[in-house]
Amino acid sequence: MTTNLFDELGADGGALDRLHQRLERNADTAGVLDVAYRTIDTPVGTLLLAATTAGLVRVAYDVEDHDAVLVGLADRISPRLLRAPARLDPAARQIDEYFAKRRTVFEVPVDLRLAEGFRRNVIEHLREIGYGHRESYATVAAAIGNPRAVRAVGTACAHNPLPVVIPCHRVVRSDGSTGQYVGGPLAKSTLLDLEAA
Amino acid sequence: MRVRPFENVVAEHGATVLRVCRAVLGPVDAEDAWSETFLSALRAYPELPADANVEAWLVTIAHRRAVDVGRARSRRPVPTDTLPDRPATHADPAARDPDLWTALQRLPTKQRQAVAYHHIAGLPFAEIAELLGNSPDAARRAAADGLKTLRKHYREDETA
Repeated sequence: MTTNLFDELGADGGALDRLHQRLERNADTAGVLDVAYRTIDTPVGTLLLAATTAGLVRVAYDVEDHDAVLVGLADRISPRLLRAPARLDPAARQIDEYFAKRRTVFEVPVDLRLAEGFRRNVIEHLREIGYGHRESYATVAAAIGNPRAVRAVGTACAHNPLPVVIPCHRVVRSDGSTGQYVGGPLAKSTLLDLEAA
Repeated sequence: MRVRPFENVVAEHGATVLRVCRAVLGPVDAEDAWSETFLSALRAYPELPADANVEAWLVTIAHRRAVDVGRARSRRPVPTDTLPDRPATHADPAARDPDLWTALQRLPTKQRQAVAYHHIAGLPFAEIAELLGNSPDAARRAAADGLKTLRKHYREDETA
C-alpha cells in the first residue's frame, strides 16, 4: 500500500534523462567532471570513448568489457565519471569520418596518462606511423632504441589506451601477417583493409 | 574494494532521490534539489568511505539541498500565475499528480520529511532523527502520523 502510494510520485525516464543532462552540464561547468564518456557504433563494433579535461584518455573495444574499463578509469583516474557525450563530440565525429574514409589523421587532444615508461615511448612512436603505412614490431623496437624489446613492443601495443586513434593496428609481424590486436584480429584486418583501399 | 564510477550511483539511486525530492518539495522545486544534490555528491564522491551507505548519504545531501531550495522559494518575490520555463515538467505524468503532492503539502514539514525518508528512501529512524534534529522515537511517530494523515487526505482527494 505504502509502496503503491509513493509510486504516484514516479521517477520516469524522461525526467531522469533531463536531469542527467543537466548534471552533465553543471558538472563540466563546475570543473568536477573528471572523466566523461560515451559510446559510438563503428564497423569494428561499439567503441567506448572517455576523456579527461586534458583530452581523449581511453578508447575501448567491446571485447575489453566497457563496464570493466569504466571501473578501471574510476580507479586509476577518478570516480567522478559520468556518461556525458558533449566532451567526446569532436572525437566521435572524427572517428566517424575515419571510417567513412574522409579522415586520415586524428586532431583531438589526447591524455596519455594511462601509458607510462616504456609503453609510453612505444605509444608516442606509434603516433608517427602514417595512415596506410605498416611497421613491424621489430622496426618499432629499433625506432625507440630498444631493438631487442620486440615482445615488449607487442605488449605495449596490446595495452594501447587509445586504439584506432593511436594506430597500434599499423604494427604487424615481420612476416607480413597482421598479428595480435586489442580489438581482435578481425578488427585489425578491417582497419588495415580500410586504410589500404 | 574499488570505487564505483559515479555514473553507476546516478543510475542506481537517481529515481529514489527524485521521488524523495518530489515528496518533500513538490514537483517544481524537486528537480532543482535533485540537480544540486547530485552535483554536491559528485564533488564530494572521492572522499566518501568505500563502506558508506550511498543512498543514506544522498538523502542527507538532498535533505540539506531541499532545505536550501525551500528557503530560496520562501524568499522569492510575489508568486504569479506564470509557470517557470520548464515545459518538460508538465509533460511528466508523475509531476502532474497534484493530489498526492497536495496531500503531502498539508503535512507538517517534519512529518513530510520523515515519511519521505523512511517510506521512500528506506532510511532507519535513527538516521532520520539526525537529519530532523529529534529522537528516533519522534521520527518514527512523525512518519506514522504523517502516513496516517496522508492516507486519509489522499483518499478524500481521490474520491472527491
